[in-house]
Order: sequence, then structure tokens, then C-alpha cells
Amino acid sequence: MPSEESPAAIHVLEFPGGYTRTTGPVIGRFLTELRDRRLVGVRTAGGRVLVPPLEYDPDTGEPVTDDYVEVGPAGTVQAWAWVGSPRPGHPLDRPFAWALIKLDGADTALVHALDAGSPKALRPGLRVRPRWRAATTGHITDIECFVPEVTSLVAPVRAEYRVTPGRALTRFLEGVRDGRFLGGRCAECDAVYVPYRVSCPACGSVVEEEVEVADTGTVTTYAINNLPDPRAPEVPFVSAYVLLDGADTPMIALIGGIPAHEVRQGMRVRAVWVPPEERTLSMTNVKWFEPTGEPDADLDDSIGGA
Amino acid sequence: MREVAVVAFAQTVHTGHDTGLAEPELLLPVIDEVKRATGLKRFGFTCSGSCDYLAGAPFSFVSALDAVGAWPPISESHVEMDGAFALYEAWVRLQHGDIDTALVYGFGKSSMSDIREIMTLQLDPYYLAPLGLDQVSYAALQACAVNADRPALDEIVRRSRADGRANPHALDLPDPSGEEFEVEPLRPYDVAPVTDGAAAVVLAAGDRARELTGRPAWITGIAHRAEPHYLGMRDLSRSVSTAEAGRAAGVGKGPVDVAELHTQFSHEEPILRAALGLSGEVTVNPSGGPLAANPVMATGLIRVGEAARRILDGSAARAVAHATSGPCLQQNLVAVLEGAVLDQSL
Ligand SMILES: [Zn+2]
Repeated sequence: MPSEESPAAIHVLEFPGGYTRTTGPVIGRFLTELRDRRLVGVRTAGGRVLVPPLEYDPDTGEPVTDDYVEVGPAGTVQAWAWVGSPRPGHPLDRPFAWALIKLDGADTALVHALDAGSPKALRPGLRVRPRWRAATTGHITDIECFVPEVTSLVAPVRAEYRVTPGRALTRFLEGVRDGRFLGGRCAECDAVYVPYRVSCPACGSVVEEEVEVADTGTVTTYAINNLPDPRAPEVPFVSAYVLLDGADTPMIALIGGIPAHEVRQGMRVRAVWVPPEERTLSMTNVKWFEPTGEPDADLDDSIGGA
Repeated sequence: MREVAVVAFAQTVHTGHDTGLAEPELLLPVIDEVKRATGLKRFGFTCSGSCDYLAGAPFSFVSALDAVGAWPPISESHVEMDGAFALYEAWVRLQHGDIDTALVYGFGKSSMSDIREIMTLQLDPYYLAPLGLDQVSYAALQACAVNADRPALDEIVRRSRADGRANPHALDLPDPSGEEFEVEPLRPYDVAPVTDGAAAVVLAAGDRARELTGRPAWITGIAHRAEPHYLGMRDLSRSVSTAEAGRAAGVGKGPVDVAELHTQFSHEEPILRAALGLSGEVTVNPSGGPLAANPVMATGLIRVGEAARRILDGSAARAVAHATSGPCLQQNLVAVLEGAVLDQSL
């Protein structure tokens, strides 16, 4: 029986300076072309192009022809394995993929490393190209790795504007600053538009009558948003059309104070205002609308007007 | 074809760590066990399977002959492969007709080095080895090509490890858990464990087999096929060579009760099942298989031994054993073992 602590020694198997191998004419041709940054395959008697070249046709065992065909450099990924933690002998020291790559013009796949950034970038049919080493020597690692072809770019866009709200919106925001929702009534249509506006979108008349509507209303429709938005409290958040009591058109608003999946059409809501001393000429005066707790409204009745 | 049977099988209690035994010390008990089981002290032929790169020393199989007793000189050979392929050589040797018994063994201590690096050295030195492509990475490429179903793989590992816990020779491994990847899409538990161990089998021909045991496990078919070494020359989602070897060995000529498959990665099981035409009914790796104990260079021979054991003890009438070598199931050996041989003259 071995003792508790068996004696052990480190034993290293190594060929200092490397092990010299001859390549033969077929593999030698591939490596020679590789040194010149060209990729070649060899044609079999049956007409298939083997990349990398072998001396024989793997299907028949027959010798290959003397016909070398330039392939690639681009190719298509067939299968891959994502290496999250590279090992010391691996070609890249950051996460990468091993890939089977069918170079354009080849009938077989080349195995190599693929610097794809993230496993999310990988899919069958991904188009890739070799990234060459600065100095090539005639070695499979003259290709440092493959990289995806350029299929998209990020274009930064930024432009600055100075906007004014216009007469109608300014008036509406003045109301919001004072804790009131203002609308305009079209005398022709007998419809109240909220937010306030100076002309009727239905008949084109000038709207002359300003009316104040309630800060309570009914949700007519809504959407649950799963993408963050700087104006929203959290993700997911609900944006909804709220038909304020006394208005004939719904207004878009955030819904809060209730889990997103509990929001429903017909739900009765009330505006939550920020304290008067914090108000500005802005819609942020309304934090959001939250449920009043009243029974749901019948939407057919409340949307009747316009 | 001469009737040849497995008449004895022994294996070590495999370990996931180095117990401090040298290879011949690992081997001695199992060779002793098959000698006692058969009463044989000398064999017509001896053949072993091992890998010099595991020990980091040339001709390391020679020192293992200490466990056999090679003086006066014996007729002996070695394959730089799993012991299952040594068994194939011994089977061929027995077909010559001039000897009646053969001893086959395989052994390996993968705890001594990093098996993932060692297996890189088996790759071709021009196109693959210089990339540093390691064993788990190329297996993961195959797992991607086969588009293996994750719940199915988890179930294979769970079943293998549970069976392994019931096998006194296999490792005691917990149910698979964890979401991290070794090399995506393979998780650490999809990979056979590092294991030290050895195994031995005695083959005997014809009446000699009947003398040595009451119910020999007759090898009614055995075949070995290889595919191109380079991964990109093959359809990695299938194992053509396993299918061809299975056909040549006659797997489909009768019902299969049990199959012992050399699955060093969980995704290899569905590939091998498909290649061998094994339905979901066939019990695969009731020993736990390589996912529960993988003494490299003995693992394939253990598949033959475990399949034979079920014939020898009468729990199966017809069994299939599979062994593999090379990257991504490159070459495959398939054997059919049966409790009764059909009359060869028919
Ligand atoms: Zn109007």
C-alpha cells in the first residue's frame, strides 16, 4: 500500500528547439503557399478539393492529383466550440472559438481558431477570413486566427437642436406646471382634445375654447416595455393611452404603482404629481398615473365621443 | 472463422487520483486474477495496449511486462492504443490456429499528466497539433456538429454516474450539476473523469474455452474501421466507421441485450447508438461506462470485459462492445459477444 504521501517528482518530456519534420510535396506545397499568404487545396481524381491537402483521397485511398487550387481566403463556419478559458497552448489568450471552416472553393473544412469576441456572434454560415501573422514562416499558425467578415459597422450619430414647444403645447405645459390638464374644445365637432391644441385635426376649425379636464382617467390601451428608457422608472415599464375624464382623445402616459402584468384596459387611474415646488414647464411634473382602486370602466362608453 | 471467446476478465478498482502505484503494480493484481480464474499460468500469446505519452517514456509497455513474467521468452506484442485493439490483434493471432489462449491487458495513469494536452500530441503534426487543439475542444466541435440536445446529454451523464456508483470498480461521482461550460457546448461533467486503472482479459479458442469456463462469451463478430484523421474531412455528426464496423461484426443480425460503448463524452452516446442501430430499448453502459471511469488505454478493453461479464454470468444472451481511438471517434472497433455460437458449418 502506498504511504500517506507518495514520493513524486516532476518529469518533463520535451524536444528543446522543436522536432524537425519533413513535409513531403503535398503538405509542403500548402505550407509554402501559406507563407506567401495564399491558401491552396489539392484536387482528388474524383474532382473534390481537399483543404488542407492530403496525399490521398480519404474516400478512396487513391493518390491525389498534382492540381493545386487557390481557395478562400474567405470561408463559411460549419461548427464551432467556444473556449471560455483558453489554455496555455491555445492560439489566443482571450476567449475564442475553434471552428470548422469551409473555405470558398474547398470541399472539406479547415480547423482553426476563430476570434469572434463572443459566442453570440457564432452561427452556422458565418463568413470568416484569415488574420495573418506579421511574419509568415510556412506554418499553420501563419494564420493567427480567423475573424468574421465585416457585415455591419457602428456609426456614431449626434446632432444638437434647440426646440420650442409652440403656442399650443406651451399653453398645455403651463397647465401641467400648475397641476391642471388643459384641453381645447372644437365648437364644430363638440370634441375635447387633450393635450390642448389651437386647431381641430378633424374639421380644421380654429379651437377657441380652452377647457380643464380631470386628472383621473381610464386606460384605453397599453404596452409593456422591456427595453430601458431614461424617462421610465424601471424595466419592464408600462406606457399607456389614458383617456382623461372630460376628454375625447387619450393621452400617452406612464403607468406606475402597479406590477406591469396587472395593468389592463378599462383600469381607472389618477395622475401622480410631483410636489409643486419641483414643477417645471415639463411633462415630468406628472410622475406617472397609478390606479385609483375604482371599478374598471366600460371602454365602449368612455371612448364614445369623437 | 475459428471460435474464440472471452473466458476471464478483471479490472482494478479505478481511482480518480494517483495512488502511488507504478503501472506494473497496477497490473499485477488483475493479471493475477485472470490467471486464478482460468488456472492458466502461461498463454499462447500476450498482447497489451498502452500509450507512451501517458507515462512520458518510450517503450513504457516493456516495464509493464514485469507483471506478466516474460522469462523464459513469451510470444508478445503491443499496440500504442487502447487494450481493446490489443484484443483484436490477439483474436487475429488465435485465428492462425496454432495456439489456443491469449492474455490481453491495457493500462494507463492519466493522473500523471494533463490528458487534454497529451491527447493533442496524437493529432497530426502539420495541421492540428501546432494549433494546440486540445481533446475537449475537438470533442466540443463534434458536439456542435451533432447539435446535441442538452437535457438528453444531462440524462446520459446522470444515468452513467448513477450506474457507476453501483459499480465497485468505477468512480463515485455525484449527479451532474452546474451551468458553466468547459468548452461550449460541453460542460465539465460531459467529459469522462481523469482515472487510473488497468484491465485484463483472457481469450481462448474452441474447446479450450469450454474447458476454462462453463459459459464462454463467444466473439461472434469483431471488426475495426478507421476514418480520415483530419476532422474537416469528415461529417462529425455521424460515425461512419462505427456503422461499418458494426455491420461487419453483425450487430444487426440479432437482438442486442446490452451494449458497452466507449463514450468519453456524453454526446458520443447518441452518435454511437445511431451508428450501431441500437434502439432506445437497448441498455447502454450498465457499468457506468467511461463517464464513470476512464482509465485511458484500458477503457475500451473494459467495454469488452463488461459486455463479456454479462454473457459469462448469464444475464445477457447477446452483447455489443465498442472501443474507439483517435480524435472525435476516428477509428472504431465493434465486437458482438454471445452465450451460444451458431453451428459454424451452417
Ligand atoms: Zn372640429
